[in-house]
Amino acid sequence: MAVVATPGRKAGWSLLNLLVIVYALIPVLWIASLSFKPTSSVTDGNFIPRELTLDNYAGIFATSQFTRALINSIGIAIIATALAVTIGTMAAYAIARLNFPGKKLLIGVSLMIAMFPQISLVSPLFEIERAVGLFDTWPGLILPYITFSLPLAIYTLSAFFREIPWELEKAAKMDGATPAQAFRSVIVPLAAPGVVTSAILVFIFCWNDFLFAISLTSTEASRTVPAAISNFTGSSQFEEPTGSIAAAAMVITIPIILFVLFFQRRIVAGLTSGAVKG
Amino acid sequence: MAEIVLDAVTKRFPDGALAVSEVDVAIDDGEFVILVGPSGCGKSTTLNMIAGLEDITSGELRIGGERVNERAPKDRDIAMVFQSYALYPHMTVRENMAFPLKLSKVDRATIAAKVDEAATVLDLTQHLDRRPANLSGGQRQRVAMGRAIVRSPSAFLMDEPLSNLDAKLRVQMRTEVSRIQKRLATTTVYVTHDQTEAMTLGDRVVVMRGGVVQQVGAPQHLYDHPANLFVAGFIGSPSMNFMPGTLAEGALQTALGRVSLPDRIRSALESAGAPSEVIVGLRPEHFEDVALVEESKRAAGTTFPAQAEVLESMGSDKYVYFSLSGDRASSTELEELAADAGTAELPSGGNQLTTRLSAASTAAEGEKIDIWFDAAQVQVFDPSSGRNLTA
Ligand SMILES: Nc1ncnc2c1ncn2[C@@H]1O[C@H](COP(=O)(O)OP(=O)(O)OP(=O)(O)O)[C@@H](O)[C@H]1O
Ligand SMILES: [Mg+2]
Repeated sequence: MAVVATPGRKAGWSLLNLLVIVYALIPVLWIASLSFKPTSSVTDGNFIPRELTLDNYAGIFATSQFTRALINSIGIAIIATALAVTIGTMAAYAIARLNFPGKKLLIGVSLMIAMFPQISLVSPLFEIERAVGLFDTWPGLILPYITFSLPLAIYTLSAFFREIPWELEKAAKMDGATPAQAFRSVIVPLAAPGVVTSAILVFIFCWNDFLFAISLTSTEASRTVPAAISNFTGSSQFEEPTGSIAAAAMVITIPIILFVLFFQRRIVAGLTSGAVKG
Repeated sequence: MAEIVLDAVTKRFPDGALAVSEVDVAIDDGEFVILVGPSGCGKSTTLNMIAGLEDITSGELRIGGERVNERAPKDRDIAMVFQSYALYPHMTVRENMAFPLKLSKVDRATIAAKVDEAATVLDLTQHLDRRPANLSGGQRQRVAMGRAIVRSPSAFLMDEPLSNLDAKLRVQMRTEVSRIQKRLATTTVYVTHDQTEAMTLGDRVVVMRGGVVQQVGAPQHLYDHPANLFVAGFIGSPSMNFMPGTLAEGALQTALGRVSLPDRIRSALESAGAPSEVIVGLRPEHFEDVALVEESKRAAGTTFPAQAEVLESMGSDKYVYFSLSGDRASSTELEELAADAGTAELPSGGNQLTTRLSAASTAAEGEKIDIWFDAAQVQVFDPSSGRNLTA
C-alpha cells in the first residue's frame, strides 16, 4: 500500500514542519532581537525592536572580558575536540575490531563515566586541580572535557567502524599494507563521516559547557564564554546586563554554525557503498 | 612464481573448533588448484592460512620452499580476490588497482604503466576513473582481479570470486579467470561451491569435508574414480544415485534387480575384502532407454522396468526421474551431503533415481519404460567407512 502524496497531505506536513521550526527558532530570534535593543527598551516586550543599536555588540568587544573568553573557548574546544577524536578513533577501532583482555571492562567503565553525574565530580576535581596546579589553566579544562566526551566519541565511532566490512582490511593486508597503513589509508577515510560526527558532538559539548567552566576557572586566564557571560555586570548595579548577554549569546552561536557547516560537507552518506556487492 | 606446500596444516580456533585437520597438499608452480566442499568444511580457513590472514595452529606452510608460517601477509607475496570483492569505495578504479603498487613503493610511471596494462587485459580502460559504487557486479569483479594481477604476485588466492555474479556473467567470468590464469601462469588456489567451476577450471581438485581432505586429483579422475562415498556424491551434477545392495556369488542384488558384475569389479571387490552389505553408486548418464541400446551390449548390463515420474527434456538429453522401492542407502556421508544440498527434508528423501537418457528416448511422464544400465560402471562402497571398493 503506497502512501499517496495528495495535496492535502502535503499541506498538512508542511504546516507541521513550519510549527516545529517556529517553535525552535522563536527563542533564538528573541535573543537576536534583545541583542539589538538599546538598554532602555529591553523590557518593552516588543518582538521586533523599535530602534536598532549595535551598542551591545560594541560593549562586549570593548573590554577584554569577553574577547579573552572567546579566545579561551575557541582554543580549549578545538584542542579538546582534536585530542578526544584522535584518542576516540583509536580506542573505538580497538573496541570494534580487536579482542583483547579487559575489553568488556573498558566499555563498562567508559559507559559509567558517561552516566556519572558531572556535578558530583566538580568538588573533587576542584580540589585535585588546585593541588596539582591545573586550576584556572587551559589543560585544567581540556582534561575533564576529554574525559567526559571520550565515551561519546568512542560510541559513535565504534558504530561506524563496525559498518566497515572486515574484508576491506584483509584486502589491505593482502595488498601489502601494515596495520598502520591499512588504518590510515582505508579505515579512517571510510570512517570519516563518523569522525566528523563525533567531532561536532564533542565540540558542541566543550563549547557549551558551563559547569566545569564556572567551577574550574577563576580569571581571564582560562575562563570560557559561558562562564564569562555569567559574570557580566550591567553599567550600574541596578541594571540587568540583558543586552550584553544576548549579544554574547549571538556571537558564540556563530562558531558552532560555522563548524557544523564546514564539516557537514564531509558527512557523505553511503560512503562505503560499492565496497562489497550491493 | 612459486609452489605452495601444505604439510599437515591444522587450524583450531580459540573456541576449540577444529576447522582444518592435517591438510597435506603440494601445489606445483603455475598450477590451478580448486578447493571444494560443503559449507563450513574449512575451505576459506585453509585459504586464509595460506594468505596469512589466519594463524596456523600446527603443521608447516611452505611457499617457494621456505617456511612462511610466521610471515605477515604482506611478506608472502600473494594476492587475494575476495568473494565480496572488497574494493576500496573511496578510491577510483585506478587507485584501487594502484594501491598494492603504491604500498610497495613502485615509482609513479611504472604504476601507471602496470595499471593500464591490467586494465587493458581486463577491459576496464574506460572505467579507470570511476568509483566502485558506480560499477556493475561484473566490472567490480574485474577490478578485484585487476588489483590482484597488477603486482605480479607469486600466487593468487580466490575465495568464491564469482559467487556474487548472476548465472550468465558467472559463465563469462569463469572463462575470463581461466584465460588470465593461463596467460600469467601463476600458481592459483581457488575456492568454490560450484560444480562446474570445480570441474572446468582447475588442473586439480581438492575435496574437503569437515576440515579433512577427502581426495586430491584431476577433475575427471575424481569423477570417474571417487575415493569414497562423499566425493562420489559431491562431484557431479546431478549427483550419483546411491542404493543399498547385497553382494553374493559375484553378483549384486539391488532395487534395480540382479547385477552380474564384470571380472574387473569382482576381483577389485575381492581384494578389497568387501562386506556383503554394500552401497551401490551409479551416475545418471550410465542409464539408457533399453530400446536405444545395441542388442550386443545389452547383456553387459542390467535392464529393469520402471515408471517415469518426472521427465525433463533438455533438448540434448532427457532427465527421467523414478522412485526406488526398498530402503534408501544410509551412511553419515550421504546424510551430510543431503543436508548440504538441502534435500534431506524432501518427502522423496533422495530415494529417487535420476537418469539421463538420449533425447531419442520415447519415455513419457507416468508411463512404464525399460531402462538399461552398464554393469561395468557400477561403483561399490563400504557403508561403514564409505570407502570406494571398486576404485
Ligand atoms: N573465527 C572463528 N572461530 C571459530 N570457528 C570458526 C571461525 N571461523 C570459522 N570457524 C569454523 O570453522 C569451520 C570452517 O569455516 P570456513 O569458513 O573455512 O568454511 P568454508 O568451507 O569456507 O564454508 P563456506 O563454503 O560456507 O564459506 C566452520 O565450521 C566454522 O564454523
Ligand atoms: Mg568460505
